[in-house]
Formats: sequence, C-alpha cells, structure tokens
Amino acid sequence: MKRVYDGKKIITGLVLFLAAFTSPFWYNTVFGTFDYVPELKVEKNGKECVKRTSYMKTNHMVLLRFWRDEVVRSGKRIYKKEDGTEIEMSLSGTCLKCHKNKEEFCDRCHGYLGKAPRCWSCHNVPREAKK
Amino acid sequence: MRRRDFLKIAGLGFISGLFLSSVSFSFKPTRRVRWGITIDVLQCKKNRDCKVCIEACHEIHNVPDVPDPKEKVMWIWTSTFEKAFENELGPLVKETRGSDPVLLLCNHCENPPCVKVCPTGATWKREDGIVMMDYHRCIGCRYCMAACPYGSRSFNWKDNRRYIKKLNYDFPVRTKGVVEKCNLCEERISKNLLPRCVEACPYGALTFGNLNDFQSSPSRLLRERLSIVRKPHLGTLPNVFYLL
Ligand code: HEC
Ligand code: HEC
Ligand code: HEC
Repeated sequence: MKRVYDGKKIITGLVLFLAAFTSPFWYNTVFGTFDYVPELKVEKNGKECVKRTSYMKTNHMVLLRFWRDEVVRSGKRIYKKEDGTEIEMSLSGTCLKCHKNKEEFCDRCHGYLGKAPRCWSCHNVPREAKK
Repeated sequence: MRRRDFLKIAGLGFISGLFLSSVSFSFKPTRRVRWGITIDVLQCKKNRDCKVCIEACHEIHNVPDVPDPKEKVMWIWTSTFEKAFENELGPLVKETRGSDPVLLLCNHCENPPCVKVCPTGATWKREDGIVMMDYHRCIGCRYCMAACPYGSRSFNWKDNRRYIKKLNYDFPVRTKGVVEKCNLCEERISKNLLPRCVEACPYGALTFGNLNDFQSSPSRLLRERLSIVRKPHLGTLPNVFYLL
C-alpha cells in the first residue's frame, strides 16, 4: 500500500466525524427512548371498540371513511355492530364518546407516526374530550 | 283448434292481461318524496325586523358571522322583493311592494345548475330533492357559486371559526377553502325533525313537507294560495315557494 500523507490525522478525523455524525443514535440507545412506544389511554370500562381491536388498530381510517360516505352520501346514520347493537355513525359523537381523551389517544399515536389527519379543523372535539 | 275458440282464448288473455297490468300499476310505490318549503311573504312583511329563523339556523349549523360584507357566509338571509324578484314583478308592484323583506335560502332546485358544474361530485341532488354538499370532497373551485343564479352559496375565504359566536359541538364547522350552503336540515330530517328555520319561526310563516304528498302543509297551501318562485324563466324549478 502506498503511504498516505498525514494518514493518522485523516483517519482520526474520519473516526471523529463518524462518531459525531452518529452520536444521536448512540445517545438514544444508551440513555434514551430508542424503544419508546407511546402509551395510549383507553378507558375500557367493559366496553369494546366498534370492531375487533386488531382491526381497529390497522383499519380505523377505513371504517371512518365508510362512515363518512354512508352518512353524507347515502343519508344513513345507523351502524350495526357485529353483535347486532346499533350505534350512530359519528366521528365526534361516537368515537370520542368512548375515546374521551383525544390528546392521549388519537393524537398521541398519530404524533408518534408523524400523521395528522385534517378532520379536526371541522369536526369538533366534544367538551369532555378537551383537556 | 277452431278459429272461433282461438279468438275466445286470445280475447280472454288480453282482458286478463289488462286487468293484471292495471292492478300492478295501482300497487306501484307512490312517487318519491319531494321536500319543499313555503314562505309567507305577508307574514315576513308584518314582522319586518324579525331575524329569528336566520339566527336559529346559523346557530345550529355553526355558520360564522363574518363582518366583511364581501366575505359573508349565509345559509339563510333576507333581501328585498325588488332584488329577489327582479323580472317577476311588474313595475307598479315594485313601487308599492318593492321594499318588502324576502327570506332567501337555497332553492333545492329540481334542476340544479350547481350540481352540473361540480367537477368532484361534491354537490349532488338526493333522491328526496335535497341538494347536498359533501365538504370532504369540495376543492373550493367555486364553479357552483358561479352557476347558482340565486347566490345561495358562500365561500370561506379564510378560517372563519373565530366568527362563530356559540359553537354547536354536534355539527362540524367548515374550513377555509370550501363552499357551503343550506342543507335543508338534512341532519334533522333524518331524525324526523322539521328544518330549524321552520320550527323557529314564531309567526308560522314557513311550512315544510313533501310536495308529492297531497296532504302536507306546503302542498295544501300551494293549492289554496298564489305563489311565485325565483327566476322561473331559468328552468331550475325551485322547491322554495313564496306565498303572496
Ligand atoms: C371541511 C370540513 C370537514 C373536514 C375537513 C372533515 N369533515 Fe367530516 N364532515 C363535515 C361535515 C359538514 C359533515 C356533515 C355532518 C352532518 O351532516 O351531520 C361531516 C360528516 C362526517 C362524518 C359522519 C357524521 C359525523 O358527524 O361524524 C364522518 C364519519 C366524517 N365526517 C369523517 C371525517 C373524517 C375521518 C375526516 C378527516 C379525514 C373529516 N370528516 C374531515 C365536514 C368536514
Ligand atoms: C364503545 C366504546 C368505543 C367506541 C364507540 C369506539 N371505541 Fe375504539 N376502542 C374502545 C376500547 C375499549 C378499545 C381497547 C380495546 C382493547 O384494548 O382491547 C378501543 C381500541 C381502539 C383502537 C386501537 C388502540 C390500540 O390499542 O392500538 C383504535 C385505533 C380505536 N379504538 C379507534 C376508534 C375509532 C376510530 C372509533 C370510532 C369509529 C372508536 N374507536 C370507537 C372503545 C370504543
Ligand atoms: C394505535 C395507533 C393509532 C391510534 C390510537 C389512532 N390512530 Fe388513526 N391512524 C393510525 C395509523 C397508523 C394511520 C395510517 C397512517 C397512514 O396511512 O399513513 C392512521 C390514520 C388515521 C386516519 C386517516 C388519515 C388520512 O390522512 O387519511 C384517520 C381519519 C384516523 N387515523 C383517525 C383516528 C381517530 C379519530 C382516532 C382516535 C379515536 C385514531 N385515529 C387513533 C394510527 C392510530
């Protein structure tokens, strides 16, 4: 191998640069919140979600979109759950009745994912749901 | 088979066919619901400064009270006879009654021009005659505002939430960049309630009902009294009638 002029300095510089550049990752693994998952506040009180929790986790936006089209475009307001009970299809009126703490539920999860649905510029957050 | 027998059987078949088809016609479902409103102009004239229906409607639908007249948002509002019925009134009537107040709202036309021009399907005519808005689909192009000959639609030029005096938490507000208008209280009709303006009027000047139902209040009034609609020459066929 040919000699590199000032090899030692260059290598040290490179190592220092890499260490500085990746420092946030090291910092996080050592001290931090690398495996941080937001804790969601769900008031269970014996009730179940509109559909299975596993379905809601991944597909609640599909359900909401379906509700929206049913109410606004088809004029239907009543949704039949799998167990036969009937509920009103309403974002503010139904979802937020149970998930009272929007900030610590919807917003916390969306915030973690960097997702901000634009629904709340029009849909009101009920008074009890506000903190 | 003899010719005579053939004719007998064919005739019998023909008659029973006629009978059956008349029976099946009479069992046909009645015509669709067609919601309509009548407004008694004389009552509004007697109570010139009354704004009860307007305030009631705007309160439950979170319609903002924008101070700038160019950016006003209105679902129901008043104008004068002269302005509302420019071409329908004779010149002499204009002198005597031109300044009478007239209540205006979306006419929920049978033949709505706004629906034809909407590029996203955000506004359409429901089976029961209500011209609906889907705010989720509105892109704010304002073609519908240009097409509506009655000025029934308002645009949200900015975020108007701050101009809502008392927020009704049960009805969504609208954001900057969408067009809005009267929905004939579709959300109340679905719960068997009257439109809020009709319910709120302390003088019974407004009636609401199915125009295809012979016994509904508006169709009874329309049989008894003279009425006009706005700009009939345009062929939009409004479902809001003014009783004279
Ligand atoms: C521009 C304002 C606006 C935005 C933004 C908006 N909505 Fe709506 N939404 C409305 C209006 C107005 C209604 C009609 C309410 C009625 O008729 O009772 C409605 C109705 C609905 C309904 C059915 C009735 C109800 O009260 O919930 C659902 C579900 C719904 N929207 C979901 C959503 C979702 C999900 C989002 C976000 C992705 C969203 N909307 C964003 C204005 C808006
Ligand atoms: C009857 C009360 C009730 C209603 C109404 C309700 N939820 Fe739920 N929801 C719950 C409960 C309880 C859970 C937690 C179930 C569990 O942990 O097994 C839950 C779970 C969820 C989850 C999964 C959370 C997680 O743990 O990851 C989402 C997302 C969700 N709901 C969204 C919605 C949306 C959107 C609506 C409106 C369409 C709605 N919920 C309506 C009670 C309700
Ligand atoms: C467990 C995490 C979690 C919770 C809790 C949660 N969401 Fe979501 N939400 C998501 C994910 C993931 C997406 C999809 C993001 C994507 O597709 O990019 C999403 C998307 C949405 C969308 C569609 C957004 C769009 O732009 O189309 C709506 C509407 C929505 N959520 C409403 C709610 C409401 C209302 C609640 C509370 C009742 C809620 N979510 C609670 C994880 C969650």
